[in-house]
Amino acid sequence: MNNFSYNQPTDIQEAIQQGEKPDSAYIAGGTNLIDLMKYNVAQADALIDINHLSGQQDIARKEDGGVRMSAFTTNGVTAYHPLIKENYPLLSRAILAGASGQIRNMATNGGNLLQRTRCYYFYDINTPCNKREPGTGCSALGGYTRMMAILGATHEPHDQACIAVFPSDMCVALAALDTVVNVEGPDGERSIPFEDFHRLPGDKPQLDNNLRKGEIITGLDLPTQGFAQNYSYLKLRDRNSYAFAMVSVATGLELEGDSIKEARIALGGVAHKPWRVKESEDFLKGKTATPENFAAAAEIIIEGAVGYKDNAFKINLAKRAIVRNGLMALNPKETQLPGAVPS
Amino acid sequence: MLTENATLLPKTQRNFDPQKVTLTVNGQPRELNILPWVSLLDALREYIGLTGTKKGCDHGQCGACTVLCDGRRILSCLTLAVMKEGAEITTIEGIASEEGSLHPLQKAFIEHDAFQCGYCTPGQICSALGMMQETTPGSRAEVADLMSGNLCRCGANSNILDAVMEVMNDE
Repeated sequence: MNNFSYNQPTDIQEAIQQGEKPDSAYIAGGTNLIDLMKYNVAQADALIDINHLSGQQDIARKEDGGVRMSAFTTNGVTAYHPLIKENYPLLSRAILAGASGQIRNMATNGGNLLQRTRCYYFYDINTPCNKREPGTGCSALGGYTRMMAILGATHEPHDQACIAVFPSDMCVALAALDTVVNVEGPDGERSIPFEDFHRLPGDKPQLDNNLRKGEIITGLDLPTQGFAQNYSYLKLRDRNSYAFAMVSVATGLELEGDSIKEARIALGGVAHKPWRVKESEDFLKGKTATPENFAAAAEIIIEGAVGYKDNAFKINLAKRAIVRNGLMALNPKETQLPGAVPS
Repeated sequence: MLTENATLLPKTQRNFDPQKVTLTVNGQPRELNILPWVSLLDALREYIGLTGTKKGCDHGQCGACTVLCDGRRILSCLTLAVMKEGAEITTIEGIASEEGSLHPLQKAFIEHDAFQCGYCTPGQICSALGMMQETTPGSRAEVADLMSGNLCRCGANSNILDAVMEVMNDE
């Protein structure tokens, strides 16, 4: 870890002025940043502690019926908050599927969006990595690819390639829920729809998201529809706890009798950002919630998937997981049990 | 062992200034004069001398460094001490009663043979205490899930769960 100076501004404008400087970094929970700095993957000359900015709320109902979550509230407080548990249980489940109790007590909502990939090669500064050092190549291609992406990756040219996966669980649920990200920066405030926040690697794999230098995420807005009656988060991984997803699925359904009035399906563990295909959700409108219909939706979602030597299994796994999760969403009271083995 | 009064290099050779941080540790106020990159784990072990909290991986993966901060379980290896000004920290040394009698969790760990080498144990106990403040688990499977951030390479996990379940059911 390099040596750095540390500052604790209380005024957001002051924080932003410091954050605009090159080689400065914001720190909130620190659960990813400090880890990356210990590995020398991340460096900063100045750390700006943004946990003490005045005027930040916690989690509250908005006038339009939605809920605003502070970016500075921890993942743990958020997952157990009554407003979230009752109205957005999909989000609560997704948060609790990730990390550990200790990490959830430290990690913040804003920070969760900004976590970096856990690609082994990104983490190893002795290997070429286009994300860490643009233009040097992608060591994952031709390397051990078990945790890598099957959708939306960049394969060529080699000096832009990146097949890394975005590891957040919380963000898969946030994507399914059509969350809006509020940020404040040198150019003022703006709101970013969730689907526009994270990027695919494209020709700039070093950019994970569309935040500009100096911008601070201040809040996350959840719309009124939380799919609290029919939802499920399914996380498939090498252990039943404390591991990143090979494939995860967040599903929300609004049912009218037997038929689906609205569906949301987002995938984690398969791409550089949470993967949601609106055509699959439009397809399910008006259809019954059957394995056949979920399987047809899965074909739409997984179309174009590319597997490698060690992760090609994710393609069929994802299709089956979408079907299973659709059925699980029909009975959350019995399927969304904490600690349960995915059935 | 570095103490709060450790001598630092002359100012001309340092690019960064140490900062004063006051932490309440196990009920005692402790004033530290430390550089910003010192982890809370190193501050507790090296500067204050409380070596009960262990450094297992130093990367937030094993849970051996778990302490309670303002009542919540956190990983001290991923925490910068300077960020915890004013916080109340409880380490394994602060779990027993003032008179020295063991906490029910400590007694349960002994009764249920919930440790072999003992290295994960301070973190397990602090984590279990923190977990019980966060929520009321509804099943053994949920307790196992909530304790999954504490690794035990000796394999005492099922006994750890027995000990935690016993204390939970007694409360």
